[in-house]
Parts: sequence; structure tokens; C-alpha cells
Amino acid sequence: MALTEQDIARLAQLASLQMDSADLAQARSDFAAILSLIETLQSVDTQGVEPMAHPLEARQAITLRLQEDRADPPHTQAELDACLRNAPAAHDGLFLVPTVIE
Amino acid sequence: MPPPPTTVCFSFPPSLNDTMTQPTDYPSIAALGKALRDRRVSALELATDALQAVHNGPDPHLFLHVDDALTLAQARAADALLAQGKAGPLAGIPIAHKDLFVTRGWRTTAASRMLADYVSPFDATVVERLEQAGTVSLGKLSCDEFAMGSGNENSAFGALQNPHDPDRVPGGSSGGSAAAVAAGLVLGTTGTDSGGSVRQPAAYCGVSGIKPTYGTVSRYGVIAYASSLDQAGPLARSAADLVPLLDTMSGFDIQDSTSLETCNGVANAPGRITAAYDHCRGLFGSGGGQPLAGLRIGVPREFFGAGLATAVADAIEAALRVFESLGARRVDISLPLTRLAIPAYYVIAPAEASSNLARFDGVHFGYRTPQYQDLPDMIRRSRSEALGPEVRKRILVGTYVLSHGYYDAYYLQAQRVRRMVANDYRQALDQACDVIMGPVTPNVARRRGDHDHDPIADWLGDIYTLGANLAGLPALSIPCGLGGPAKHLPIGLQIIGRHFDEGRLLALADCFQQHTDWHQHTPRHVA
Repeated sequence: MALTEQDIARLAQLASLQMDSADLAQARSDFAAILSLIETLQSVDTQGVEPMAHPLEARQAITLRLQEDRADPPHTQAELDACLRNAPAAHDGLFLVPTVIE
Repeated sequence: MPPPPTTVCFSFPPSLNDTMTQPTDYPSIAALGKALRDRRVSALELATDALQAVHNGPDPHLFLHVDDALTLAQARAADALLAQGKAGPLAGIPIAHKDLFVTRGWRTTAASRMLADYVSPFDATVVERLEQAGTVSLGKLSCDEFAMGSGNENSAFGALQNPHDPDRVPGGSSGGSAAAVAAGLVLGTTGTDSGGSVRQPAAYCGVSGIKPTYGTVSRYGVIAYASSLDQAGPLARSAADLVPLLDTMSGFDIQDSTSLETCNGVANAPGRITAAYDHCRGLFGSGGGQPLAGLRIGVPREFFGAGLATAVADAIEAALRVFESLGARRVDISLPLTRLAIPAYYVIAPAEASSNLARFDGVHFGYRTPQYQDLPDMIRRSRSEALGPEVRKRILVGTYVLSHGYYDAYYLQAQRVRRMVANDYRQALDQACDVIMGPVTPNVARRRGDHDHDPIADWLGDIYTLGANLAGLPALSIPCGLGGPAKHLPIGLQIIGRHFDEGRLLALADCFQQHTDWHQHTPRHVA
């Protein structure tokens, strides 16, 4: 099944990617090759096979741990600075974003 | 800033040969470790010379960040450990990290413009464990952007050369990690392997590399690509050198929700792999001239079909004959879904990647576009300007296979095929054989730029490595021959084992390397 440029534009929107018309044309051509590869999966009879999400679940029971909810001690200023140093825009210990609600 | 050099002061006996400070002048990590513990050479001397070699290196894109002061501070810490007699096998050993592992001090970019200036507030668990063991990091190594690629050509900061031939790719995504070892700049590197990204560059660069069992090495602080497939592993000059590196890297970590507490009832902790390795080597030693008597090597016929270069097939065949001469027996096996592992992987991995990479939104960290209209526009522009074409392609594929109407047909179907692939491996390893051997790659390293216009050519080359990731099995690559037009390009042998069988795989690889010298063909020895 081939995707149209409209389909690709919809995917780009879902993925928060901006694509111009050259990007869309390139992606459409890439998708043709990629879909011809991944559509070969349909040739496998998987009736009765459970999907496998964790590579070791066929071998041993997997319990994904969740860490306990806890109140950590407040971060030091140095720790906060180390995090905020990577922010594209920050002010007074806050991440700055464009206005969302007027 | 590190303390000034005068705060730690040792005097070392004059070396018999004053030029012996390059790490590769020592045949192994064990030999260099002994020289360090005997204080015939200091970590600081080694680090100083290694930094100089890095700065003078032939490939300006190999390291993405070098900081002499940070490296020398680690060297002084290693010398302090050595002076106190507390040094383990890795104290003072020069290493370097794939730029997918976050590091305090050194920038961590994942070879992406998105993270060009990112400095992590914490160290990855692997980085921390290696530092505590006294290793000295020379810096951060280039890779494919967010570990997506097979040639290191997807780095935003310049493609890399294969040290055996500058016109060829070093492989990927841990291409820098393989090239740095092959170039003799460090004795070990960290890599990550989601679909072959340790084994394939190891094969292309003629070094040894292992992807351990999923869940044995912490993913904490490894920038996520495909979380159910990502697994870190070391690269080095020999299997014997991989042992202390992997042993130190391994172990349960509460910070990684898929980290395993036990491996077949044995605690997942440092010492596990070394003990298994030593145990296996002991068994081999009792076999006399047939150290591997009783070993059944499964050879999957699907690994030798159309598409496999003759030179690779011949090298693997010769390697199998070496194992047979040591007493092992060859068993013909079938892994019928080998080819279908490719589409299964290229559905699952992009799906997980599209989710993992949603965090790059230009808000908390990373690149933000200078011009935008509102928040959604800012996010779209930031992502599109800073993520490279392969990354954007995989995000789109992942978004597609997870989208309404296609989730069952592609994503769940791929996960079902994944279970069937894992079952095939399990059946072979439970019933027919003890290990599986075959090629790592269909061919030797390709020329740079060869696959620029084909969106899936590189993907098809992952055919022999993907199965171990889908099934979570340990697998390694060791050099076993040379190919290419001038017989100068390394070929890798892959050994895949049962879950948690890293120690045996490394012992088998070491046994092979005791009887062959392919792993000693460094680039400068090749015409």
C-alpha cells in the first residue's frame, strides 16, 4: 500500500515534525521502499502467538519495577543550575516557553 | 576544575624503555594493568600520551569531546588507587565512551544537533562503574545520531573513517567506539547494541565486541533509542580484554526498570562474568589437545544464503574448522525466520524510537529554533531543524506503525514474529547446540556514501545481528579473516549463546584467539 503526501503530512503532524514539499516527496518515496519491507510480516502465520514486548519474557517472569513514590529532599541550587543550564530559555529557576494562554 | 598537578605527587622508577607509554605497546589490559600496579608506568603518563595521540589522530571527527583536564583528573585518581594498593584490573586503563552515555563534565550529544551543547547533570551507571574501577576516559566518541545507523555516516558532526581504509565506513552505530580501539588510541570503549551496533562495527574494524544478555547491563543514562532492544556492551582488542570491561559494566541497577536482579539464580553483579569465564577456561584446560571436546556449534543454514559475500563465507568456514580442530562439533540448524527479523526489527525499533524521541521538544533541554509563532510551531521547527534525516525517517515510520488502524497489522504482528524468532533461537540452543556461530555481516565494510540514496540498504545488512536483540541473547563478534579488493578489510565471526552465557562466549572467543592471530591485525600492520 502506497502512502500519499497527505498521509505523510498527517504522520508529520502526529510526530511534531515540520515538512516542506521536498521533504514530503522524499518521505513518500522512502516509505514505498520501507512499506514493501515491513509488509512482508503479513506473510507469517502468527495465529495463537502472543505479542512479545520484553526480550526475556519467554524465559522468565518479568516484573517491571516501579520506584516507590517518595518526597526527595529539595535539590541544591547547584543541582538545579546543572539542570537549567541545558534549558534553551530559563528565568528565575523556571523553564521559559512561548505564551500558551493569553 | 581538577586539583593542580602538584597536589598528587608520585615518583616512578625510570622505565626500562621510556617510549613504552602508549597503551597499545602492551599486549593486553592485564599486561598494562600489571605494569600499572607494579608502578612501571603511571596512569598520568599513559593519559598524557593518549591525549596527545587523540589530538594528533588522523580522523578529526572521531572524538566529539575531549577535555584534557577531566581526563588527567581521572588519571590522578587512578594513580591514587594504585598507590594505595586498592587497584582492580582496570585502574589506569585508558578507555572512551560512545556519546550515547551521559557524562558529567564531558558533553553528551548522541551525535545530534539536538544535543550539541548538552551537559548531563549525572553519569550513566556504566560510566560511573567504570570510573569507580579506575578507568581513565579520553572523552566521547562519535556514533550514528541517536544510535540509528550502520555506518556512522548519520552523525551530525562528520562521518568517520575506518582505520583500515579511510574510504570505508567503520560501521555503526558504535563506529567511533570500534575505530578508536582499532586505531590504538584506547584499550577499551563502551558501545550500545540495539540491532548489531556493537558487533557490526567491531567486525568492520577488526576488534572484539560483545552485546550481553538484555537486562544485565544498566540502561540508566544511556540515551534511549529502542528500549526493549538497547543493551550496552564493551569493545576491545581481544576477548580477554572484554572480560574485565563487561564484568565491571554489568550488574543490577534499581534505576533501570528492566535491569535483572538475578541471572539463572546467580546475582547480577560484578564477578559473575569473570567467574563463568574462568570456569569455562578451566574446563577447556582439562581437555588436552581437544579443549572444546563436546561443544556443539549450531550453524544456521539461513546465515549462508544469497547475499553473503564469498570472502566472508570462506572466513567463517575457516573459523569453524579451527573450532572443529579444537574438538568442537558442528551441527546444522535452521532459524527459518532469519530474513523476517529485519521487518520485525524495523517496526519495533522505530515504534519505540518515535516514543522515546518525543522528549526532544526544545523546552527542557536541547535545541530550540530561533524563530517560531507559538508553542506547537516551536516544537515542530526545533525537532525538524535539529534531528537528522535518518532519525526523522524512523520517527515517521514508528508513528505510522503505532497509528490507529495499523497498530495490529504492523506493531503487534512484529511483536508476534519477535516471539517466534526468539522461540526458534531457544529451540536451537536448548535442543541442538550450545552456541550458534555465523557471520556478523554479509560483507566487509562498504565505501563511504554508497548507500546515500537507498532508504533500506543499510537495514538489510543487519540480517545476522537482529535475532540476538529480538531474543535478548548474548552475542559477540571477533575478527576471523580479511576480505575486500586488497584483502585488507576485517571480517567478523559472530558467536551467539544462551541467555546469561557471556562467560562461555568470551572463553570460546579467547580460545579461538589463542590459536589464531586475526585479532592482532591492526591497521598499521596491514599494507
